[in-house]
Amino acid sequence: MRYLEAGKKHTVRFTLNGRVVEGDGEPRLLLSDFLRQTLGAFGTHVGCEHGSCGACTIQVDGKAVRSCLLYAVQVEGKTLNTVESLATPDGLNDLQAAMQKHHGLQCGFCTPGILMSLTQLRADEPDADEARIRDVLSGHICRCTGYDGIVKAALDVFGKV
Amino acid sequence: MKPAAFDYAQPDNLGEALALLAEKGEAARICAGGQSLGAMMNMRLATPEVLIDISDLAELQTIDVANGAIEIGAGVTQADLLAWPDLAEYQPLLAQMLPWVGHYQTRARGTVCGSLAHSDPSSELPLALALLGGDVFVRSQRGRRIIPAAEFQIGMMATAVAGDEMIVAARFPLARPGQKFAFEEVAQRHGDFAIVAIGAVGNSDGVRLGVGGVADTPGVIDLTWPVMDEALNDFAWALGGADDQHATARYRRELVRRIGRRVTDEVQNALS
Repeated sequence: MRYLEAGKKHTVRFTLNGRVVEGDGEPRLLLSDFLRQTLGAFGTHVGCEHGSCGACTIQVDGKAVRSCLLYAVQVEGKTLNTVESLATPDGLNDLQAAMQKHHGLQCGFCTPGILMSLTQLRADEPDADEARIRDVLSGHICRCTGYDGIVKAALDVFGKV
Repeated sequence: MKPAAFDYAQPDNLGEALALLAEKGEAARICAGGQSLGAMMNMRLATPEVLIDISDLAELQTIDVANGAIEIGAGVTQADLLAWPDLAEYQPLLAQMLPWVGHYQTRARGTVCGSLAHSDPSSELPLALALLGGDVFVRSQRGRRIIPAAEFQIGMMATAVAGDEMIVAARFPLARPGQKFAFEEVAQRHGDFAIVAIGAVGNSDGVRLGVGGVADTPGVIDLTWPVMDEALNDFAWALGGADDQHATARYRRELVRRIGRRVTDEVQNALS
């Protein structure tokens, strides 16, 4: 049994955006804080910290999940992708470019989480329709756009425009 | 919004989990997906000394059909069950209700049994258990118990599971020939906690309604055909909801009457 004591730092190692990373944290350290504060990967945003707002959504082993409802010690050996995985050496990927084109963001706070949910959805359900896209987006709160621009960007990338 | 300090344990098998639970008792909490418990811990509404993570235990990742029921292991996520190809055939009500449980991103980790263990009065899976009449399987070092649905939830976010026990599986009855189902929910945002959720199971004799979001525990009533408005009104008052930040008790009663009528009619139409 793996047993990690409170109040002590434990080494965690996992694959982040194709690269093996390592850092130390107490059991109570949220994965979202480990990414930002221990590893300095600030792409993942932190909003409500109780699983409701969706800003911290990342991919863990091929699932879109809340990084504020995971502890860093839980992802030992797993494969994670964050918004930093999306852009290519040439610039924005197609989903990011579509968000820009369709005004799918204004302040950008919710955007990293939304991009990661839509990335997972595209991998699992490339034929998702507007109803399904809206259902998935219901797990995110955006206070700027009214969601229409985000939906249009997703529909564009899913080939539904 | 950070959890208090805790020891983190990742047992290699169920036996190790039960031994640790027996040793630590109420100071320990089982964590499967952590989508309710994690939020509670971040808000310091739960402060376990030891968190026992069972999410990677292979022996709990099973969905089986046996003895006229679907048996769902404690490691099975809501997304796993939703993606199970036979679900709509075996139990249409679960297939209708699961998309309302949290969000795409929380269903990916949140488990069916964890939702039962948490027993939020607004959540769909405890309502499904109360409405369909299933069982909850618990284990401890003292032995095994099967808790029938009617005895499982004993109050708001309180269950009959003892401090040294853990839920290892839940059993939902298969749909029987001639049964029809309906479900509707009103929430502030799709996937948020239900203000009122109503499921209906009917056959040629009558319909059973189950209501979540109003009382501390799901409210269930059996009605015979024809279902009159007076019966729905009496049921709405009997549930005894209260005002809170989401809705007034009066609004909830109105929702029970109206949604109760809609799901009842849907079942009746499906039967005819």
